[in-house]
Amino acid sequence: MLAIHRLEESRKRLSGKAIDEFLASHTFPLVEGPSVTFVFRGEADNVLLQHFIYGLPTSRPFRRIKGTDLWYLVLEVPGESRFEYKLNLVHGNAHQWIRDPLNPLNARDPFGANSVATTAGYERPDWTYFDPEARTGSFEERSLKSKALGRRQSFQVYLPARFRKSRRYPLLVCHDGDDYVNYASLGLVLDNLIHRLEVAPMVVALVSSPRRLVEYAADPGHASFVAEELVPYLEKELPLDRGIEARGLMGASFGGVASLSTAWRYPGRFGRLLLQSGSFAFTDIGHHKRGPAFDPVVEFVNAFRNSPGKPSEKVFVSCGTYESLIYENRSLVPLLQNTGMEVRYSEARDGHNWENWRDRLRQGLSWLFPGPLWMVYE
Amino acid sequence: MAKTIVLLGPQRLQPILVSAYEELGLDGPMAAVTAGWQEREAEVEEMREHLGRPVANLRLYARAEQLFAQDRELAALYRERQDVLRQLQDLYRVRLAHILRAARDLASRLTEPSLVEPEREAVMTSLRALDDHHLGRLRAVHEEFDAKARPLERPALLRHRHEIAKQLGASVALAIAGGHVAVLLNRLRLFGVVELAARLPIFAWSAGAMVLGSKVVLFHDSPPQGAGDAEVVESGLHLYDDLIPLPHASKRLRLDDPVRVSLFARRFAPARCVAFEPKVQLVRKGGAAWRPSAGVQKLGESGNLEPMRSA
Repeated sequence: MLAIHRLEESRKRLSGKAIDEFLASHTFPLVEGPSVTFVFRGEADNVLLQHFIYGLPTSRPFRRIKGTDLWYLVLEVPGESRFEYKLNLVHGNAHQWIRDPLNPLNARDPFGANSVATTAGYERPDWTYFDPEARTGSFEERSLKSKALGRRQSFQVYLPARFRKSRRYPLLVCHDGDDYVNYASLGLVLDNLIHRLEVAPMVVALVSSPRRLVEYAADPGHASFVAEELVPYLEKELPLDRGIEARGLMGASFGGVASLSTAWRYPGRFGRLLLQSGSFAFTDIGHHKRGPAFDPVVEFVNAFRNSPGKPSEKVFVSCGTYESLIYENRSLVPLLQNTGMEVRYSEARDGHNWENWRDRLRQGLSWLFPGPLWMVYE
Repeated sequence: MAKTIVLLGPQRLQPILVSAYEELGLDGPMAAVTAGWQEREAEVEEMREHLGRPVANLRLYARAEQLFAQDRELAALYRERQDVLRQLQDLYRVRLAHILRAARDLASRLTEPSLVEPEREAVMTSLRALDDHHLGRLRAVHEEFDAKARPLERPALLRHRHEIAKQLGASVALAIAGGHVAVLLNRLRLFGVVELAARLPIFAWSAGAMVLGSKVVLFHDSPPQGAGDAEVVESGLHLYDDLIPLPHASKRLRLDDPVRVSLFARRFAPARCVAFEPKVQLVRKGGAAWRPSAGVQKLGESGNLEPMRSA
């Protein structure tokens, strides 16, 4: 029997003290095997769980224990899961979305923050924490006047620790670079993985777009900016290895589309792609139902599916099984494999969020840009 | 083999080079090989500060680059050799993966010992035979290179050797730092540094310690890609043959996995597989036994870490 049911059945009428004791003696959400119990204490007309698990109804009502201000909901979720959620407190017609006051675990994103629930078997990777032994890389602010974009485009450049001009580095262009740094700890992850020798010391161009839903939606102007302006500029400014195996593109969601479409438009230029939860919507017939922002995406993905060519050499694809895009990403993998490219695909029980993308970085980056782990003993 | 060798744990965060140096009663300039650091080879300032004495950087990495630029034929033969070595390493890995899988499988079986133990010993024999076979093939490649390239007859190389000998002549000891193990070994071998330093005590750590033995073993139990099969990559410089140094063992190996630990220890026996953590040292003076500092541990055939005793 679950702890919440034991509490409920322990007395006819629960005292405030008994509830206090229950809350103080557990952590929330309470994970018992596959059952995750969410609890809220307070006054409301209704309490709803708003979670980001595609496949389950997104809004699930809590149950109020009679005669108390204690609400709960039990959700069945498989092991090794990580998902984000909020509580929706309903007062009359008013809805207030809040983070779970009983759960200290939050994940930030560009829209704020969500509460995080995990089930048995999920563990935040140790390489995502600050390692005092890892030397830290540095960030440089740069900008470039772009004809392709019709504006001056600012971006950051990550230089690995112990950067030396006498050495040649691979270059990875990261879409939504600022968000990757802020919400997926990309700088810290690179520091750690490079320190552990698992990933080659590399230069990462962190680009962001003020019009990402347009420019990342397979826009030829954006591809031209990356391939014909940004990369040549960086090749002039920094000691970069010129080989195709030392050129990579990465991105999540629309950033994945931007990465694949840029490589597709410039085949032979980018030998490494890291595509996370790419928004690879397509249609076999008829019109898609994802909204107008996806029109150019669908047009590109349909064209790509029709004539993929061989845009790169090695492609790492990841997607959360709790994302609506899981079908599109799974569909993409055999298509990519048939082009003759080396493809690795990774799924996790997680959603469309930055920490999911963070948790897959080691697997992807160490395969695309392997470090000298096997040969270096310092 | 009759010289003083001091093998140290990793030196970056908790260096003990100076205390090891002073324990030997040395005083004077130290020659240093930091070729394993590659393009950062020149950055010996921290070592100099730590030692509080002059450090003569032998600059083997830079010298090799200069040499290859000056002697194109040697560079081409060297590249060709490295390419063959890489191919042999790939081929060796194919067989190694199968034998190691079998060895791990047999090691974890709970079958009656009288039945399974001979199979374990047999797979270990296969494993050792494969390692020896591989080393034999590598040796043949090096011999062919030496016969073809005749490096010691090349004027540009001899000039460098002369300069190195001069630097060593003015030093009281040689330090060999870690880094890229193949780059380090190749440079030490190319310039014959160990022979030139025959009279000097050697202090070596991490990759530096690895290359001085008779087998250079690459290891990592949990790499992000691949199976993590320890592999023999080269024969080293043969200053000792009774140890396999394992720098950062606690980070690189699953020391809590008795099957892996035991397999590692048995594979390389009678050499002792020594966990080199920061602040430990092993000293051997002349032909005497290794003298370990407190806390030095070796991988035991039982599957546990065991204290290393002087022997």
